[in-house]
Amino acid sequence: MSFINYSAREINCKIVYYGCGLCGKTTNLQYIYEKTNPESKGKMISLATETERTLFFDFLPLSLGEIKGFKTRFHLYTVPGQIFYDASRKLILKGVDGIVFVVDSQAERMDANIESFENMKENLREHGYDIEQIPYVIQYNKRDLPSAVPVEEIRKLLNPQGVPDFEAIAPKGIGVFETLKAIIKLVLIELKKGAK
Amino acid sequence: MAYPQLIMYEEEARQIAAILDKLVRDSNAKAVFLVDKDGQLISQAGETENFDSTSLASLTAGNIAATGGLAKLIGEKEFSIIFHEGEKDNIHISIVGQRVILVVIFDYRSSLGLVRLRVRKASDELAEIFEKLAEKAIKAKGSESPFAEITDEDIDKLFNI
Repeated sequence: MSFINYSAREINCKIVYYGCGLCGKTTNLQYIYEKTNPESKGKMISLATETERTLFFDFLPLSLGEIKGFKTRFHLYTVPGQIFYDASRKLILKGVDGIVFVVDSQAERMDANIESFENMKENLREHGYDIEQIPYVIQYNKRDLPSAVPVEEIRKLLNPQGVPDFEAIAPKGIGVFETLKAIIKLVLIELKKGAK
Repeated sequence: MAYPQLIMYEEEARQIAAILDKLVRDSNAKAVFLVDKDGQLISQAGETENFDSTSLASLTAGNIAATGGLAKLIGEKEFSIIFHEGEKDNIHISIVGQRVILVVIFDYRSSLGLVRLRVRKASDELAEIFEKLAEKAIKAKGSESPFAEITDEDIDKLFNI
């Protein structure tokens, strides 16, 4: 849950990048880290295996200026995508304010995407969240790969609710900031709703 | 939502800062940090400039979350204290009032026994404050909040990164 500090005049929010193994969650964070001004970002932490697979999480703190006199801080996390790390994935979702679900667009990964999406819903439920109520956006990553499934088809499978969605090629940065802006916007709108 | 929102007010922030300052002195610690279980830094005291407090907060919360997962696996509710011993510096981590995490970093000038003793006292005082904050947060629901008036323009302005 967001943390509002009237004393330090700060709001802190937690955003989690979720998705199947190797879909590009860490790559999203790495690109954001590379392209953000030094004064707006903290250190990026990656708890990964020797082969650079996420073991527990990646973490990137961002400060994005003020809103109504409050500094805004967003903590971006990724979950480990590999199926057998489910216990860790569940832990990272705790206290989440917004989710980016990253889809691997390749045809051979569609089953993995669907499985990951179902797993996310289940893990959210276990924390007492409802996917219908939590702000989330979808990113169709790896659009440049030859076996990429047309967006319309993926949409039918994974986005029947019609949440904001974006095409991306994360290593080149295409769609990365658009996705981030969209989720931050949804989180802030939720904060506004909660304040009423 | 599943968890109540944590809201920190001026008065409680001052009280917490005073407790942490006292804990640093009484336990001869290098630094003390108070972290939300979601990984957000709440307050700090002592020689904090030598540490990356944002990273420390996030890793501590991850550590507590993983340890909590382990506890459940063996049928425990939680492990309320974790201690890491280094060559020079040590970290004592404990859960306060089931919601926040108290981190004490200390070296040879202190001892585990002293830290544990002082942490216990400080924890009781902190738990009381967080209970008060939780009550305040429930009462504040529905009342005036600066965020009720956020406009699209406010949000767009944030993205000049």
